[in-house]
Amino acid sequence: MSAAPVTPSTASTEAHAGAARRGTASRRPAAFSLRRVAALARAETLLLLRNGTALFNAVAISPLFVLFFSTISGTLGPDADPDVAGPLILQQLAAMSLLFVVYYNLTTTYVARRQELVLKRLLTGECSRPELLAAAAVPALLITAVQLVLGYAAVALLLAPPPLANPVLVVVALVLVTPTLVLLAAATSGVSRTVESAQLTTLPALAVLMVFSGVVAPAGGGGFDDVARFTPMHAVASLFRLGLTGTDADGAALALGETFAQAALPVAVLLAWLGLAWYAARRWMRWEPQR
Amino acid sequence: MSPSPKPATAPMISVRGARRRYGGFEAVRGVDLEVHRGELVALLGTNGAGKTSLVEMIEGLAPADGGEVRVLGHDPYRERRRVIDRVGVMLQEAGFSSDLTVAETVRMWASTMTSPRPQAEALDAVALTHRADVRVASLSGGERRRLDLALAILGEPEVLFLDEPTTGLDPESRQATWRLVRSLQAAGTTVLLTTHYLDEAEALADRVAIMSGGRIVREGTVADVVAAEPATIELEARDAAGRTVVVDPEDLPPLAGLLDATVDRERVRLRTERLQEDLEAVLAWARRLELRLHHLDARSASLEQAFLALAERTAAGPAPSGTASSDAGTPAAGPNRPEVVA
Repeated sequence: MSAAPVTPSTASTEAHAGAARRGTASRRPAAFSLRRVAALARAETLLLLRNGTALFNAVAISPLFVLFFSTISGTLGPDADPDVAGPLILQQLAAMSLLFVVYYNLTTTYVARRQELVLKRLLTGECSRPELLAAAAVPALLITAVQLVLGYAAVALLLAPPPLANPVLVVVALVLVTPTLVLLAAATSGVSRTVESAQLTTLPALAVLMVFSGVVAPAGGGGFDDVARFTPMHAVASLFRLGLTGTDADGAALALGETFAQAALPVAVLLAWLGLAWYAARRWMRWEPQR
Repeated sequence: MSPSPKPATAPMISVRGARRRYGGFEAVRGVDLEVHRGELVALLGTNGAGKTSLVEMIEGLAPADGGEVRVLGHDPYRERRRVIDRVGVMLQEAGFSSDLTVAETVRMWASTMTSPRPQAEALDAVALTHRADVRVASLSGGERRRLDLALAILGEPEVLFLDEPTTGLDPESRQATWRLVRSLQAAGTTVLLTTHYLDEAEALADRVAIMSGGRIVREGTVADVVAAEPATIELEARDAAGRTVVVDPEDLPPLAGLLDATVDRERVRLRTERLQEDLEAVLAWARRLELRLHHLDARSASLEQAFLALAERTAAGPAPSGTASSDAGTPAAGPNRPEVVA
């Protein structure tokens, strides 16, 4: 190569300039910086846009699934009540999008970045581990957000606008469940040797969380509900129902205060899962391929 | 340990009694090392000597299981955030996202840094400017290695770690990388270099530290380390008519520093600790006997020779602790009985 090495004089000036810009040695840079997360997230977004399969999976799968479900289950049939169908479709879309776009897609992303030694490199730089996890999650979270906004618009236009009895609960559900799923994806990536094996390792959580969510499969008997209500996607579905329609599980209308009261259990369940997911990520997440 | 060249300043890297274990295996067994500002120290050792384990501790990627590691006055693992924006790391093996271009990769890395140098300058320094818009997937191995280096120097680090920086580079790129490293060092950058190429260490290092069995078994300037190894004189003797003369080692004049002499066919090989005097004696002897010395070759030990002798010695027995200046000059092999082969 016909390199133009840094000439001593320039490099020297700049080394001093660099030291000056860095300030005193005793200053401690922040452990979590949105600037660094944004820098990595921009690269992650480019990578997603350049990977046709991953992009299709992320953008199209959940809406197609929901359309398919709604059609075969009669939610969108000729006798369907638009006031019931709309919120149900949004619950299904949230469940599918969170599970596939966030949990599944992120698990494979973390495995891929680890196996190609990108995480190892990034750890030699200024980014902290939470920043790396967050940055990789940004494209997935954006897609989920857009899917939900478009889903809401579609439901409002084509069926009936949901009453939005307590939208705060919808936001709370999303704010609590997304970091939980990001951390679960990190934990699952740690037990997945390859991107291919992540298709298997994500199955148990996908199946259990989806079935117990109660929005894609007909609810079982009393025993089913006793278990289901302690699972995160069921909690999300409950908060969506309370927030979108302001009704209880049997469809009875609730006052605003009552929606908050009924939200207590699902919020507690989500907080507990957030703690579990944090522990699992710390316990199982790996940053380098196993030697 | 040899006296540090700049004792007045606090060392940029200071390691005392560092240890690192993997389960029952101790990969680093009490290492002391100091590197001062603007110094380039090359860490040498055979595979499995513990180089990477040691360097990972100094880079702050792994905690020390014992002893003390300080970089820029801080524990690089526990006080990572205090040093991270002042060091640059080029790992032996690290990945790129292959669907990003070179320029996008550099931009991403620069955007995470506190005080990056201009991105174009970093690419220019490793001669990758013309490849800026190429996807990393399409780069050659040598180009990737140069991109590695560009990222490592992007933050204008005060301390730079280079792990096998020229592996896979063609000779020209290697020379260019060496020039770049020298210019960084001239600008005050402190460098800890790990390499398998002993000529690279000879070309760049102010000091070398040779690791074996988890310890540093020798440390000093290249000249110091090499001085402990004997020089060699090789020759083939011909008479005035050009006919080969088979030399019996017994025929040689007395040589003050001779360790051993061997003869392979007509080629005589002498190992000596006093190259100049013994070479003079050999030349005088040849003139006296009117011999022509063909393919005469007299040279001091190379770093490679010193390294191999040391590796052989430390592999044979338990590694001596600390620096091994006490065994300097001890020949690796016993005196050989010279043999004449016609």
